[in-house]
Amino acid sequence: MARGLTHDRKQTMHRLISHLDALESESIHLLREVAAEFERPVLLFSGGKDSVVMLHIAKKAFWPARLPFPVMHIDTGHNFPEVIEFRDSSVERLDVNLVVASVQASIDTGRVVEETGPRASRNRLQTTTLLDAVEQHGFDAVMGGARRDEEKARAKERFFSFRDEFGQWDPKNQRPEIWSLYNGRHRKGEHIRVFPLSNWTELDIWQYIADEEIELPSIYYAHRRNVFRRDSMLMAVTEFLRPGEGEEVFEATVRYRTVGDATCTAAVASTAASIADVIAEVAASRVTERGATRADDKFSEAAMEDRKREGYF
Amino acid sequence: MELLRFATAGSVDDGKSTLIGRLLYDSKQIFEDTLEALEHSTMLRGEEGMNLALLTDGLRAEREQGITIDVAYRYFATPRRKFIIADTPGHVQYTRNMVTGASTADLALILVDARKGIIEQSRRHAFLASLLGVPHLVLCVNKMDLVDYDQAVFERIKTEFRDFAAKLDVRDLQFVPMSALNGDNVVDRSANTPWYEGTSLLHHLEEVHIASDRNLIDCRFPVQYVIRPRDDKHHDYRGYAGQVASGSYKVGDDVVVLPSGFASRIASIDTADGPVEEAVPPMSVTIRLADDLDVSRGDMICRPNNQPNIAQDVDAMLCWFGERAALKPGGKYALKQTSKWTRALVKDLHYRLDVNTLHRNEDADSLSLNEIGRVTLRTTVPLFFDDYRRNRATGSFILVDEASNDTLAAGMIL
Repeated sequence: MARGLTHDRKQTMHRLISHLDALESESIHLLREVAAEFERPVLLFSGGKDSVVMLHIAKKAFWPARLPFPVMHIDTGHNFPEVIEFRDSSVERLDVNLVVASVQASIDTGRVVEETGPRASRNRLQTTTLLDAVEQHGFDAVMGGARRDEEKARAKERFFSFRDEFGQWDPKNQRPEIWSLYNGRHRKGEHIRVFPLSNWTELDIWQYIADEEIELPSIYYAHRRNVFRRDSMLMAVTEFLRPGEGEEVFEATVRYRTVGDATCTAAVASTAASIADVIAEVAASRVTERGATRADDKFSEAAMEDRKREGYF
Repeated sequence: MELLRFATAGSVDDGKSTLIGRLLYDSKQIFEDTLEALEHSTMLRGEEGMNLALLTDGLRAEREQGITIDVAYRYFATPRRKFIIADTPGHVQYTRNMVTGASTADLALILVDARKGIIEQSRRHAFLASLLGVPHLVLCVNKMDLVDYDQAVFERIKTEFRDFAAKLDVRDLQFVPMSALNGDNVVDRSANTPWYEGTSLLHHLEEVHIASDRNLIDCRFPVQYVIRPRDDKHHDYRGYAGQVASGSYKVGDDVVVLPSGFASRIASIDTADGPVEEAVPPMSVTIRLADDLDVSRGDMICRPNNQPNIAQDVDAMLCWFGERAALKPGGKYALKQTSKWTRALVKDLHYRLDVNTLHRNEDADSLSLNEIGRVTLRTTVPLFFDDYRRNRATGSFILVDEASNDTLAAGMIL
């Protein structure tokens, strides 16, 4: 793409393509393959930065037409209010259709049982809600914003990743993916997960957000918040998460590096208030974003792999 | 900043994980929590120090068996370039993994142990990189510290490898003497090899010229998707979306659309950021034509005086990945090439190639898992293609099992 290139610069650049242009082109190619080859695709949209970038690129891929598929939010009910507001205003502004699949509804109908105890989270329950929604709506392609640099099991993911009729991932039996010739063929009841941002890193995402002036939920930038320390991470006090005994609440300047379920997503101490501050912080960071902020990955070496096998994002 | 994709080949014993670990670590891409987790899991396995292989072994089965099963992708950047590493393991499924990693690579790194020199596996990796048309090859002669940084050892390996590579189609071949463990010639040039006049590996990765590896001559634009907004504002808009496979498209260019053969002119090249004057690979754009033609996915927009081959019979080299069944003449498969799906019949298997000796076995009557051979296919509709050597995007295809939907083979058209 010619993002931000002036005519003059194009001449002197002698057709050099920047890494962000190359990544964006690759993602657009994937999104168009999905629209062309599947009957009922859907794009997962949580209001988190990766899904915001994915949706932004999807809009560009089909411009000036509307998005030829809906977006879906798997709503745990444990949301940051800023993120839900952002989700709704984005859907309005970008003129896309939103499907909400609710974990609360899965609990109410007895499909899943709520975890109990101080470490209870609805993170794992999302898988059932997601798979039920895929079945109910007959989605045959589910696009997610996961990146290979996030986590070691994700480093082994394909762009087009096959899921059987139980929604399961079999990492030992993946289809080889050669050139950019993606194989999305599947039988009825099976589906394909598609990851258009596979090759992007956290820093690429932020540089792109800066270049494209993409709006994000405010909690990605530094703000004051009441938090407490748990497993050496900063957890926000919300209506869904209360400090336990001996966990002292204090006010701190924090921001979020990832945005997920409010009960298992931690904040990081940060004064980065602008995109430029965040880029400087990410570039200098010595801890991965999931390591810094996700309680769900801390259970075991294979926590992500196990969840992905069951059908997680 | 430019993007460079490279594939690494070699076994754990060659120090490949150590080399990748060093590139990532020295460019500050291994994070503290990853290191801590690594130390912890190394300790739990009863091993000492830090097992860098655990970095790339992302799956439970890989850690349990101590082998790398699948290609792992790693990312790092320097101020000059962003790099994507396709780390291709050499234990099992080596052909499948190497072919996968090399298919999109600008450059391949092959590691050899200075004490052992060129072994069967080194030749195999070089052959596969050449077969997949990887433009740049770097032979890393590792563990130079264990041969006292002896120039004679390096020169001997270099000569031997060069003689072998002469039989292959390798456009650019470089040699770097190094010790990944000690960091010699990895990021900086080493004082231990004063006789070596080349650059460090990282410097080479940053500087190697890849912009002209693209085919900017033969205009090939496979139509991926037709954009028709059908709203009031863009009532008559009809754009052909796709990624430029090769060549350079400019507004005003005369074009021909295959298979219909209708001629038209490029009215505009659109992107969501506004129209552009020119599109080159790998840009994803939307082309509008001056005339109202019937164009759909699988068609190709080309220039009238430079068109691809159009045929239903194609000769190709095939790498077979099918685990359940072998390829046999008479077999029928689904075939995907550019943005087109069709069916293909295997008319003939000419020979099976021994990837270690390059010997051609003309008596072969099948290809099993990880075997390579030359075939003739007949497709149900004509393909628009070029010789893979000239055009990786239009000369490549995959075969897919029509019942199980498994991807069975990678093909390179001759």
